[in-house]
Amino acid sequence: MTDIAITLTVNGVVRQVEVPGRRLLSDCLRHDLGLTGTHVGCEHGVCGCCTVLLDGEPVRSCLTFAVTVDGHDITTVEGLAAPDGAMSPVQRAFAECHGLQCGFCTPGFLCTVTALLRDNPSPTGEEVLEGISGNLCRCTGYQNIVKSVHRAAEIMAEET
Amino acid sequence: MHGEAAGGGGMTTKLFGEPVRRREDPRLLTGQGRYLDDLGTHALEAAFVRSPHAHARIRDVDVSAALDVDGLVAIYTWEDLPALLAQPLPLLIPHPALTHGRTAYPLARDLVRHVGEPVVMVVARDRYLAEDACALIRVDYEVLKPVVGVEEAARSARLVHDDVPGNVGAHLVQEVPSAAGLGAREAIEAAPHTLSFRLDIERSASMPLEGRGVYARWDADDQSLRVYTSTQTSTSVRMAVAARLGLPLPKVEVIAPDVGGGFGVKIVHPWPEELLVPWAAIALGREVKWTEDRREHFVSSAHERAQVHSVRVGFDDDGRVLGLDVTILHDHGAYTPYGIIVPIITSTQLPGPYRIGAYRVEFSSIYTNTVQVTPYRGAGRPQAVFCMERTMDHIAAHLGADRTAVRAVNFIQPDEFPYDQGLIFQDGRPLIYDSGDYPESLRMLKELIGWDSFPELKARAAAEGRRIGIGIGCYVEGTGVGPYEGGHVQITSDGRVHVSTGLTSQGQGHETVFAQIAATELGVPLERVSVVTGDTRRFGYAVGTFASRAAVMSGNAIALACRKVREKALRIAADALEADPGDLEIADGEVRVVGSPGAAIPLATVAVLSNPLRYAFDAEAARATQFAGASSFDRPPVAEGEEPGLEGRDYYSPLRSTFASGMHAAIVETDPLTAEIRILRYAVVHDCGNLINPMIVEGQIHGGVAQGVGGALYERMVYDEHGQLLNASFMDFLMPYATEVPFIETAHLQTPSPLNPLGIKGAGEAGVIPVSAVIASAVEDAEGIEIDRMPISPSELFDLRRSAG
Repeated sequence: MTDIAITLTVNGVVRQVEVPGRRLLSDCLRHDLGLTGTHVGCEHGVCGCCTVLLDGEPVRSCLTFAVTVDGHDITTVEGLAAPDGAMSPVQRAFAECHGLQCGFCTPGFLCTVTALLRDNPSPTGEEVLEGISGNLCRCTGYQNIVKSVHRAAEIMAEET
Repeated sequence: MHGEAAGGGGMTTKLFGEPVRRREDPRLLTGQGRYLDDLGTHALEAAFVRSPHAHARIRDVDVSAALDVDGLVAIYTWEDLPALLAQPLPLLIPHPALTHGRTAYPLARDLVRHVGEPVVMVVARDRYLAEDACALIRVDYEVLKPVVGVEEAARSARLVHDDVPGNVGAHLVQEVPSAAGLGAREAIEAAPHTLSFRLDIERSASMPLEGRGVYARWDADDQSLRVYTSTQTSTSVRMAVAARLGLPLPKVEVIAPDVGGGFGVKIVHPWPEELLVPWAAIALGREVKWTEDRREHFVSSAHERAQVHSVRVGFDDDGRVLGLDVTILHDHGAYTPYGIIVPIITSTQLPGPYRIGAYRVEFSSIYTNTVQVTPYRGAGRPQAVFCMERTMDHIAAHLGADRTAVRAVNFIQPDEFPYDQGLIFQDGRPLIYDSGDYPESLRMLKELIGWDSFPELKARAAAEGRRIGIGIGCYVEGTGVGPYEGGHVQITSDGRVHVSTGLTSQGQGHETVFAQIAATELGVPLERVSVVTGDTRRFGYAVGTFASRAAVMSGNAIALACRKVREKALRIAADALEADPGDLEIADGEVRVVGSPGAAIPLATVAVLSNPLRYAFDAEAARATQFAGASSFDRPPVAEGEEPGLEGRDYYSPLRSTFASGMHAAIVETDPLTAEIRILRYAVVHDCGNLINPMIVEGQIHGGVAQGVGGALYERMVYDEHGQLLNASFMDFLMPYATEVPFIETAHLQTPSPLNPLGIKGAGEAGVIPVSAVIASAVEDAEGIEIDRMPISPSELFDLRRSAG
């Protein structure tokens, strides 16, 4: 199978990689680029663990072929913190509100919520539920995740 | 807090009981977690050809077409396995009642007994290529008629295992007579009222978001093996691997890295892949890894819950149960690797918080051509509670009594503890409740949900054309089962505290709660404590994380180890400070003379003093050499009976289980047209003894209730008559999202366990246990139709309405 050279900007860094046409973006990020923070829970686009931001919009990296995003900008969970390593408001809120247990679904939630709050900085309860309703969590339920989203909105408001 | 837990001496570092933020979180929130598939970047990858048939004889395996796949490294069938590995997998819990225990071969030999059973292992340069090869392997099967459905299996027209008559793997009866010596059946016949009914629960599964996975590295020079596996029991995997690969135990290390959820399914061991992947790594002299995909998880790991229960109960005019007789058919799937723990738990936890006059329970564990059944969070208890609580509701309905009043009249009273249910529990030991306060729990729950004012609410809703109902479910949960766990604690000369336990973590926050316990016991700041779990290099003896046992078992073991270290530290510090050990306290990482400010010595220094050195490798070490200070020439540098270093190891082995308890209530609304079921309110009163970290306990409850909601309304494994699992994907096996889980209101009751030094009981499974019973009760109340089968979907409710006319 012939590999195809692609160029991605991942977390602000330009990365070049050669991948077979069938290589999933999730596998490309995790195994070719070593960014293992993006997780694969179902490989059929339902659980949301593999969610990353493609040009700022949340997408399922397990349903995306790496070659199709050649030239695009991708943010993974590793890219959410500030360049000095300080956690983003969303990350801090999840820690504060016990919004995670095993942490496997967490990167997908963090990416989803980051985009959600960018588009809607003060979502209602309904909007939060709707916003995270594409991500499964099997450990901690959703109550503290919902709380984390509201708390993140508060932190962002305080800090701007 | 339990008196002993304070560890004597006034401490300023009280962390036990505080909602301390989790220490796991920073790495998990920044993508720095290390789950199984994050390891072994350059490892070869394995994939499996799995049976597409529920029951078939393998006539031939033709691998020739696969041999040309670029990147293929090896293909293995059962015939390639060495003698030790070619045996059936271990039967882990060989209960005497399991007369016909059967386990699978690591790769199928001759016969497959469920869809998904592994037949061929392929190793290739990466998973894509391994799957390419799998797709080209031709297995010739003689398809046999499968046995599907527990009742069909019990009729035994066909057999799953030729040598298991009637498909019955196990049969067990336990009977506790009434105080007057009546058997349950006699007591029921003699009772003023009797009722009989049948209750069904469907199959569900743990479904952790991270599937299983194994990664093995063989060091040929050292002849040693390191295995990383996403397991709930790394020490036991280690023993299984050593035994089945014929390796000396000290040459095998097993590490559970970050584990993305377990909920029971990762307690099974060894999974075939946990033996095959390390064996291939040795055979090939290369690192080998296997990461399960979701479809594999559905068809080749394990499920739980499916049981049919026949209940007969006798009671008096007040609803007091005089006799209870329950017969259970347990669907065990194709194999019994984890024994009969699930039906044993159902049968023994069924009496719950009640004093049952006379109790008889009988179960048969039946083989079917479906995925094997092993414990899933709650492990048999959701079924037990569904039985007992539906029974209470039936009694109340029959008598026209309030459902909570019927429960109250049956409760074991607070002054009756320890209370012996007269049964033998899953650990082979007597089922004796340690402590609890069920009347208070009920009072708290009724207040929390507004039980007494609900009729008005219901009437108001009815006036608006809305149907709402309220339900309740009570449970007692055996937690913290033995036999033991251990803890090791070491204070190093930099003042850091290193804690390890062999028990694993799947995200429950063990790093945090164990650090809280150690920091509290040793009087050191939390930041100085590090915790390692599930790494056999650090602690080799353990049982595993299941049955809500981690905090009780490892928590107490770590506390006991800390007390040993503390006692030694005080002894050494007393020498150095020329004080009496009894006058010393440890706080903020210093040993101080009580009432003498200034007379103190850092624990770091105590650690230096504990270890007489010959060599100075840094400034601290220089202070500990044999030339550093006065020494006594009439005794050796390490006195007899002493050991160098400031460390301690201890084990906690309980007399018997602790018994956590709780009660849930819910208000549901059912749509008159669509039969959609919506949970309006959900309330939990929970008692797990002393709380180590209330924030973490709440998280456990929330997560448990969410899984329970799944079990009550959505989750089921749908098999067709051919033994095909029709919904082996997240598209079709429905788990609740945020939109399906209600806000959960919680209240805590704390009745400390008298059985352990910390006074704690387990909390891991509580949330899931009564949910099906509660929702059934509430839907029944809303609809006025008996609900005897869970989960219940809108279409099923719709059908029930139609047949109820």
